[in-house]
Amino acid sequence: MDGSQAVYNTLKQSEINFVVSLPCVNLDNIMKMVEADEDIIHVPVTREEEGFGICAGAFMGGKKPAILMQNSGLGNSVNALASLFELYKLPVLMIISHRGTEGEFMSAQIPMGNATPKVLDALQIPYFNPKTPDEALKLIPKAWKIAEKNGTPVGILLSIKFW
Amino acid sequence: MERIDTIRKISDELTNELVVCNIGFPSRELHHLKDSSTHFYMLGSMGLASSIGLGIAMSTKRKVVIFDGDGSILMNLGSLVTIFNQNPDNLILIVLDNECYGSTGSQCSYASTVNLGRVAEAVGFKNNFFFDGNEKELKFKEVLKSCGPVFVHVKVKPGNANVPVIPLEALDIKDRFMDEIKKIETNIA
Repeated sequence: MDGSQAVYNTLKQSEINFVVSLPCVNLDNIMKMVEADEDIIHVPVTREEEGFGICAGAFMGGKKPAILMQNSGLGNSVNALASLFELYKLPVLMIISHRGTEGEFMSAQIPMGNATPKVLDALQIPYFNPKTPDEALKLIPKAWKIAEKNGTPVGILLSIKFW
Repeated sequence: MERIDTIRKISDELTNELVVCNIGFPSRELHHLKDSSTHFYMLGSMGLASSIGLGIAMSTKRKVVIFDGDGSILMNLGSLVTIFNQNPDNLILIVLDNECYGSTGSQCSYASTVNLGRVAEAVGFKNNFFFDGNEKELKFKEVLKSCGPVFVHVKVKPGNANVPVIPLEALDIKDRFMDEIKKIETNIA
């Protein structure tokens, strides 16, 4: 099973039914699968912080939300993750294409790539680094359970080698 | 018209609509006028009122009324583009425009030179209302009858009412609001 199919399968297994997205070349196939799924509301957004606001509202409205994003978008979402998600204890599954990791061809991605785990640590957001599709199948449903139980965002960092 | 009087006049017309209210004095003023389990008061995340409202509107059948401000919508203009494209028929976005950042000392915003109603029109919003701050002209019943997404631009005077901070914890606001949504959604089902 390829990485995109594994991630999509775990979204279904976790009954995620509301997905906000911003594109990354590595997320393209998952976005297509989500868009084609009639049981998932798919909302492309203009910026990640906006997407987190929408996910917060969707959760309060009864949905199980996830966001598909590149790690660059974590930087412009920090305040929403702290003063909305942490403050009100809201869950969201963050499927993050982690650029700037081993094998990155674009040097511009490296600074935010290095900062990403530290930003998540600073926000006390739990995260997992599945290295293979098999690991994703195990770790993503576990991550969503933690998110729901504790009322917190949980990150899934998918490095370059995952794809 | 003072902002608190505008909020009063609009909230007097509301029954079971869900309300998302912007951070700072707007939430304090609404809470002081009338508290309700249908209210979600923002205590942080400035700029995201319209996005939170969109997420709720897309997840429930109930009408969602958002009290946003000029400074906060200017932080998240992309939200107008997303709302227009998602086209929720149950969403009413009200921008209480005092042309300044009222909760931080009334520093000027660019809303004095940029017409936010025309921005919404340019994005594509079809149902737009403008109220110039004359109390008699503010007819919110007509807004409530309109099919969403509706953009309501209301000019208000700068300044804040002398009202206390909201004595509710964030988790109490959320839990009460979610119970309110569940209660009615269960009845619909």
